[in-house]
Amino acid sequence: MEQYSSKVMDHFAHPHNVGEIENADGVGTVGNPVCGDVMRLYIKVEGNVIADAKFKTFGCGAAIATSSMVTDLVKGKTIDEALKISNAAVAEALGGLPKVKMHCSVLAEEALKSALNDYYKKKGIPSPVKMPAESGHEHDME
Amino acid sequence: MRRVYLDHAATTPVHPKVLEAMMPYFSGKFGNPSNLHDIGRESKNAVEEARVKTALLIGAKPEEIFFTSSGAESNNFALKGIAQANSQKGKHIIVSQIEHFSILHPAKTLEKSGFTVTYLPTDRQGLVNPDDVSKAITKDTILVSIMHANNEIGTIQPIEEISRITKERGVFFHSDAVATTGWIPVNVQSLGVDSLSLSGHQFYGPKGASALYVRKGVRIKPQIEGGIQEDGRRAGTENVPGIVGLGRAAELAVAEIEHRMAYLAPLRDRLQKGLLDRIDHLVVNGHATRRLPQNLNISLWYVEGESMLLFLNMEGVSVSSGSACTSRSLKSSHVLTCIGTDAAVANGTLLLTLGMGNTAEDIDYVIEKLPPIVKRLREMSPLYEDMIKKEKVR
Repeated sequence: MEQYSSKVMDHFAHPHNVGEIENADGVGTVGNPVCGDVMRLYIKVEGNVIADAKFKTFGCGAAIATSSMVTDLVKGKTIDEALKISNAAVAEALGGLPKVKMHCSVLAEEALKSALNDYYKKKGIPSPVKMPAESGHEHDME
Repeated sequence: MRRVYLDHAATTPVHPKVLEAMMPYFSGKFGNPSNLHDIGRESKNAVEEARVKTALLIGAKPEEIFFTSSGAESNNFALKGIAQANSQKGKHIIVSQIEHFSILHPAKTLEKSGFTVTYLPTDRQGLVNPDDVSKAITKDTILVSIMHANNEIGTIQPIEEISRITKERGVFFHSDAVATTGWIPVNVQSLGVDSLSLSGHQFYGPKGASALYVRKGVRIKPQIEGGIQEDGRRAGTENVPGIVGLGRAAELAVAEIEHRMAYLAPLRDRLQKGLLDRIDHLVVNGHATRRLPQNLNISLWYVEGESMLLFLNMEGVSVSSGSACTSRSLKSSHVLTCIGTDAAVANGTLLLTLGMGNTAEDIDYVIEKLPPIVKRLREMSPLYEDMIKKEKVR
């Protein structure tokens, strides 16, 4: 397997934003333990801005690093900006990922979108969130 | 930082005595064993001496040993070579589902060329049932291939019982002994096999030097053609230093095997007990007693193997992981699947394989370092969180 970048290793060894948010405005869980990764992402929304984001992840080095990075990227962003965060942006911010681990960045994007979806649902607003079409393999938990 | 290598199933270091034996054959004694001049004869003699030593290790005759480049080559050679050379007798082969891929993939290839293959299951401890072998044999069966012990879970198969059946039914029996040779006694006579693979770098020999034992009288089709080497069965100029190293490693294994087993089993037991005492939701894979003395394969619920491997590496501890994420295919181990390990927990698998360089202090260091890693990863795991919440509801 390709080696992880130093940035991936750094986010893996010292992940940012690990934990839960009590009474979160949105929670999304994606992935499947059978595939080896499950991400749960919590967001706190104040006004139109994502004030806080935290995660819990079961998964490999790349899964933990992408969770850490996506929560970093989303904090302080408006919801509209957050909706535009792609898996490629997560991977790029980590200095790239080994090919076989790209699905972890897809999972991070899905976790974020799933949390935003939940936010809209809780608000009773129709959700504009489009889930990524191709994630490589099945990630349905529910 | 302490460095603890617990990945001897991947490879072992070359023993200093092995290296010493090999050194003259790189540059000083560089001859080609096929040449008749003195320089060539010197190499030829060294190769033949190594053949005697390798034969002695497994109770074979020297002329029944064929040197190859790897355990994978030996397995390919045996499976394809014996099947192809004996296809006029039948076209059915029996293998276990937990064989190494160097057996399973050639089996698939043979299927494409008109052979049929039966893949036998194992029980939850990884044992093949000899009755299953007996029932699977048909008039068309020519070859059975069951590994001596599994490289991942260490389960030692009832080879003697199976060979009694294959002999009675007139079927060839190959056994992949790459995981066992040098660690537990391997004797082709008492095992009753017709061919057997072994690999030097798995027991303190060099990489690139392995062997296939083929019982005298068993027909086998060469897979590498174009030379007279290895009695015409395997073309290519011999890896003389490697073969010399393999011979020396075989000699050391003969001398040390009792000591190795007596040293490693208690050390492994110490590791197993230490981890079981300190980590909850931990499953030991493989057979409780019929297991390689250096093998410990564990599955930990709610944590993923690669994460554990990476954190252990940061502490100087080298192990392997059976997780889907560590493999290219993103599938968990076919061995764990076969023994019925839950796919979710299979991803939390670590393979720790000990060696003669490990001390009790090394083991205690791992017992000290792994639990906090597991705790930290579980605190980060949504699966662990869900489990705790469910337990509370109960």
